[in-house]
Amino acid sequence: MREPVISFYNVSKSYPLYGHIRGIKNFLFNFPKSLTSMRQERFEALSNISFEVYEGENFGIIGNNGAGKSTTLGLIAGVLKPNKGRVVVRRRVSPLLALGAGFHAELTGRENVELNGVLLGLTRKEIRRKMDEIIEFSELGDFVNRPVRVYSSGMLARLGFSVVAHLDPEILLIDEVLGVGDIRFQKKCLDKMMSFKDSGVTMVLVTHSVASVMNICDRAMWIDNHQVRMMGDPAEVVEAYCAASNVPINTNAVNKAAL
Amino acid sequence: MSVSQRIRRKGKVNLLGNNRNWENYRDILIVLLQKELKVRYNNKLLGYLWSIANPLAAAVVYFVAFQILMRLRVPDYQLILLTGVFPWQWFTNAVGSASNVFVGNASIIKKVNFPRNIVPLCMVTNHMIHFIMSIPVIVLFLLFYQRVPSLTWLYGIPLWLVVHFFMVYGIALGLASINLFFRDLERLMSIVLNFAFYLTPVLYPLDLIPEHVRHYMFLNPAAPLIAGWRELLLDGRVEWLFLAVSAGYAALFFAIGMVIYRRLSWKFAEVL
Repeated sequence: MREPVISFYNVSKSYPLYGHIRGIKNFLFNFPKSLTSMRQERFEALSNISFEVYEGENFGIIGNNGAGKSTTLGLIAGVLKPNKGRVVVRRRVSPLLALGAGFHAELTGRENVELNGVLLGLTRKEIRRKMDEIIEFSELGDFVNRPVRVYSSGMLARLGFSVVAHLDPEILLIDEVLGVGDIRFQKKCLDKMMSFKDSGVTMVLVTHSVASVMNICDRAMWIDNHQVRMMGDPAEVVEAYCAASNVPINTNAVNKAAL
Repeated sequence: MSVSQRIRRKGKVNLLGNNRNWENYRDILIVLLQKELKVRYNNKLLGYLWSIANPLAAAVVYFVAFQILMRLRVPDYQLILLTGVFPWQWFTNAVGSASNVFVGNASIIKKVNFPRNIVPLCMVTNHMIHFIMSIPVIVLFLLFYQRVPSLTWLYGIPLWLVVHFFMVYGIALGLASINLFFRDLERLMSIVLNFAFYLTPVLYPLDLIPEHVRHYMFLNPAAPLIAGWRELLLDGRVEWLFLAVSAGYAALFFAIGMVIYRRLSWKFAEVL
C-alpha cells in the first residue's frame, strides 16, 4: 500500500463574513451587532470532507464555482486552517501561482523567478543553478529581462509554470491556469506533468476542463455543495458531473492529446 | 451542531514536509529587500540621493519656518533639526507604511505558506538601511559646523539601532496584522503620527520643553528615542536613561506585536 502524502480527516472549513468589520469606525458604531454577526455569519466552504492522495498520483478536483475547490487547495498549501478536522501534508508543497499572482509587476522575469523560488522554500544558490533551465523552458527569450508588467497573460502563465515545475516540486498544486498558454505550450506542460508522474511528484489539479481531468488524472474527486459527492475513476466522475450539470459529454470522444 | 460548537473544536494542519532552514529565511529577506530597493529606485545613485533628499528637504523647510520666519533662537538649530529629522523619518516611514505591508503583498500571502512576518521585517530593515546611509550626511553637516563625530558612536549607534529596530518592528507587525481586519487603521495611524511628530522633540531640543511638563515626554515612546539619537549624534553622549526607557518600550511593543501576529496570522489568507 502506498503512503498517502495528503490526508484530510473530516475537514470542515467556514469563513466568517468579515465584510461588516471592514473598519474600526463601523465596528465601534455598531459594536453589539458587530460582535454577534462576527460569531454567527459564517460561510461554510467545506463540510466534513475526507480524502487521501497518494505519492506520485495525479489527483483532479472538479466542481461548480464556489463548491470549495480553491479552499481545498488553500488547506493543502497551508495558508488556511480548518475549523474542524485534520489536514496532514507529508511533502513540500509548491503551489502554482495562479497566473503570476505572486509576481511583482515592476521586477523582471528573472528577478521574479528568484522571488518565487525563495518563497517556495529554496535558497538563492539552488535557484541560480536552475535559472537557465527555467528560462529556457518558459521560452520567453529576451522578455525575461523585462519587467513582468509588459508580459501577456500567456507569458505570465508560462513563466509561472516554468518556475514551479523546475523547483523540485514534491506536491504540485495547479489551480486552473494552463488554459492561457498557446496549444504548443500546453502540450509542453502536459509532457512535463507526465514526466513528473515518473519521478514520483504528486499533483493536485483543480480545473473546469473535464478533458484535462480525464487525460492527466489517475483519480478525480467531485466536490458538490461543500461535500465530496464522488471520488474515483476520472472518466466516471466526469461523466456523473456532466450529467448532473446537464451538459452532455461523450467521454469516449475526448481527444486524448488535447488538454 | 451549532456553529459556535464547531469553532471550539479547532482543526489542525500538519505540514510535515515543509522544512525551511535558516538559509532560506535569510534568502527570503535578501530577495525581498532587493525587490523593495529595486522597485523604489531603478538607478542606484539616484535612489540614494532620493532617500536623503526627503528628510533633508524637510529639515530645510523647518529651518526656514522656525529659525528665519518665526525667529526661534536656538543655537545650532540646523544640526538639532537634522539629528532629529533623520531618525524620525525612519520611525514615521516604517510605522506609516506598516498598515499596508500585508495588504500590499496579498497575492503572495494568499498562495504560499511562508513566514509572513518576514514582510514587515524586510520593510523595517529597508528603512533602517536608509537611515544608516544618511549618517554620512549628518557627519558632513557636523564637520561643516566644526564638530567631530564622537568615539562613543562606535557602541552608541549599534545600541540605538537595535532598540529603534525592535520598537518599530513590533509596532509594524501589530499594525500590519490588525490592519487586515480593520482597513481604516491606516488613516487613523496617519493622524496619530501627526500628533506624535509635534509631541516628539524633532523640531525642538529637549530643554525647550517647560520644566514642569518635561517628564511627561516619557509617555511618548518616540520621545526618548529621538531625544536619545540627538544626544548621541550631536554631543556624542549615550543617554542611558533614554536608552533604558526606549528599550523598555521596544520590548513591550515587540511582545505585543508578536502576540497579535501569532494570534491572527493563520487568518491572513481568509481576509485578504
